[in-house]
Amino acid sequence: MDEIKQKVREYLVENFLFGDTETVLEDNQSLIDSGVIDSTGVLELITFLESEFGITVEDDEVLPENLDSIDNIAAYIQRKKN
Amino acid sequence: MAFSKKDLEIDAARVSEQLVSHLREVIGRRFHKRGVVLGISGGVDSSVCLALSVKAFGPKHVVALALPESDSDPESAVLARKLARQFGVEFIVEDITPALAGFGTYRRRDEAIKRVFPEYDPTYKAKIVLPGNLMEKDTLNVFYLTIISPEGEEKTKRLPLKEYLQIVAASNFKQRSRMAMLYYHAERLNYGVVGTGNKDEHEQGFFVKWGDGGADVKPIAHLFKTQVYQLAEYLDIPEEIRKRPPTTDTYSAESTQEEFFFRVPFEIGDLVWLGMEKNVPVEEIAAAAGITVEQVQRIQKDIQRKLRFAEYLKAGPVHFATE
Repeated sequence: MDEIKQKVREYLVENFLFGDTETVLEDNQSLIDSGVIDSTGVLELITFLESEFGITVEDDEVLPENLDSIDNIAAYIQRKKN
Repeated sequence: MAFSKKDLEIDAARVSEQLVSHLREVIGRRFHKRGVVLGISGGVDSSVCLALSVKAFGPKHVVALALPESDSDPESAVLARKLARQFGVEFIVEDITPALAGFGTYRRRDEAIKRVFPEYDPTYKAKIVLPGNLMEKDTLNVFYLTIISPEGEEKTKRLPLKEYLQIVAASNFKQRSRMAMLYYHAERLNYGVVGTGNKDEHEQGFFVKWGDGGADVKPIAHLFKTQVYQLAEYLDIPEEIRKRPPTTDTYSAESTQEEFFFRVPFEIGDLVWLGMEKNVPVEEIAAAAGITVEQVQRIQKDIQRKLRFAEYLKAGPVHFATE
């Protein structure tokens, strides 16, 4: 789980924060409400998750409870992999 | 008094009078222009803006343009012509299809569509839409592509990032070409350009930056769509325009604004948004709108997200100061 979180965090910092590690990104922080990603960002994130973790994000899984925080993403990936 | 649909009611006569006065002030005294041009689509927003412009400047100082292209609903130009005649203004039709073909609009868009649906060809119709189930579920705003074959067979798929961006970027040539043409006519006449977006569109970001968002004045950008309808009735906009469902008129397949972007009917969305602005408790909003508290919360969340991300669309170039 921690490894997933780490990979997702690195991806978010690199792609959405331009490598700015000084911006605090809490594990439970809403990525949308805090302005880190928008709807286009959600699509980018899905592309990353599918290629990085070898999963398919189904249409009915494009939900905040799966994709809107590092915690939620990690739990979702974990569930998908199981 | 309890919050209700009545809170969206406006004094249309008073609002109209104020907007006419603002238009004269901004276009005439501030920008020193001799009149206005505006694009009319046969929709209620542009019709209201036309009526207000005629009240402000007189029909001789207003030019209305229809700017169709090959994907436009032909009824739009027919209604636009009737409206221009009703208000006695000069009416110009500028078919922007050749300009769009020159930009490669259709080719670039179709290339992206074909990557998603290889069977697609120009005999198909296509549109992009948001998930329509906001009332049931808090789904995120990612777009889906729908194609309709000549036989009527419909297929829908979630758009991958690259194709989504290319379809939108190509389609946005339409609004930007219209803006360029409006400014051509405005500048040759020393007129200003009236933008026709309402509050829902302007604040939630349902417009193209430097496209239909590009104008000198936007008289109804502070009014909810449901309030624009009230103004339309007061301004004698024909019923066939007032009853017409708002569409994007951008994609070849018919797409309402609700399915393309807003995800809920205006009469519900506007009320929920107004309640949010006035800090009305969600229970009270739910009772007024006839929906559940959870539905109100989902709609509010969706609106908040759109408001946040519309900031980019609304911003002009940002200037910095350095020491």
